[in-house]
Amino acid sequence: MKKYRILIAKPGLDGHDRGAKVVAHALRDAGFEVIYTGLRQTPEQIVRTAIQEDVHLIGLSILSGAHLQLSKKIIELMKKEGIGDIPVFVGGIIPPDDVPRLLEIGVTRVFGPGTPLSKIVQEVRNVLEGVTSASGS
Amino acid sequence: MDHKHIAKLITRIENEPEKAREILKNLPKRVVPVIGFTGSPGVGKSTLLDQIIGKIRSKGKTVAVVAVDPSSPFTQGAFLADRVRMKRHYLDEGVFIRSMASRGALGGLNESIYDVVELLESSGFDFVLIETVGVGQAEVEVRYVSDVVVLVLSPGYGDEMQLLKAGVMEIADIYAVNKSDLIGTDSLCEQLSNFLALTGKDASCIVRTSALNGSGVDELMDKIEMTWKNLIETEKLRQIRKQRIKHHAENLARRIVQKHFSTLEIQSPYEEVESILKILCERIRTGQGGGT
Repeated sequence: MKKYRILIAKPGLDGHDRGAKVVAHALRDAGFEVIYTGLRQTPEQIVRTAIQEDVHLIGLSILSGAHLQLSKKIIELMKKEGIGDIPVFVGGIIPPDDVPRLLEIGVTRVFGPGTPLSKIVQEVRNVLEGVTSASGS
Repeated sequence: MDHKHIAKLITRIENEPEKAREILKNLPKRVVPVIGFTGSPGVGKSTLLDQIIGKIRSKGKTVAVVAVDPSSPFTQGAFLADRVRMKRHYLDEGVFIRSMASRGALGGLNESIYDVVELLESSGFDFVLIETVGVGQAEVEVRYVSDVVVLVLSPGYGDEMQLLKAGVMEIADIYAVNKSDLIGTDSLCEQLSNFLALTGKDASCIVRTSALNGSGVDELMDKIEMTWKNLIETEKLRQIRKQRIKHHAENLARRIVQKHFSTLEIQSPYEEVESILKILCERIRTGQGGGT
């Protein structure tokens, strides 16, 4: 089975990473290699980590309300660094009205509070397997 | 080589070990200090590495770090979080940090570690640092991959009985007693120096460090550099590197044998293993061993 590496990142200033850790744990139990950045990361730090760790997917956990600005900045930077093809998932306190805006920015999936872990794991798998077969690698 | 390129090559080596030779043979051969850090979980290896990275950078040198954490034996998943302790270096172009899952390797590292270290040496970094998984007593692979081994201990590790045990206690060049701000440091250092005296080492290989406040880190860095210098001057480095090649080969042989065995129907373990290995060795002897 192909080994997938996933970055779980905490951008911005909120100091709550229980959600990020729970998701990381679920992905670990589903057989993924999960790399965790730690709290309060800038978009630059997250993108640099994604490059060095050569991850297949990035999950951003944002509870601060700054999801639009942070996601936009991260995706812009990823494109600039030539890793714009890596799917980005966003989870956290996301008002439903912002979901289409996040998707427009280039986020692949958005998960609000109460999303079952099994759904997140399944979507990660779907996107990764879709991405791999599309790029043929 | 830029970080992105190095990162992609590491992934390829890790996922397709049979391609490693092809990747490495096109790169310049370089020898730089490879420093291994090992020790029990929670003694502060990553935090100490963070400090050592800082020292290396303050001298204007570049550094690559490989930090290994365990894979689940049940799901093969892993949670890799050593780099969390090294956050302040994330944006530094002179620092490359790579997390790695052990993927079932038993020696405290990852099967592809030999190739990855060679790649990082070739890539132009001035230092390569390796952090093992939090080890128990017997994970000693780091001795064969590294030129200098630092065993990180901390008060509360156990009594003298632990120091007398074979295995990881024997493999270090330098013993860093970390969290030296805690109670119990004096007695640990005393016991350690008594134990080392028995093995012919003196107390000069013990350093008290506190990764928290940075004390002792300069001294640790000095000792690492002195040990490296000594290896070069005494030609010991050549022996270490020769040993490394041998262990790399053994590692490779084990992996290949395992791979082939997994596809075989074995009826009687003793006879079949013997006959298979005989054929294999015969092939190597007669020069048919090259290429798979």
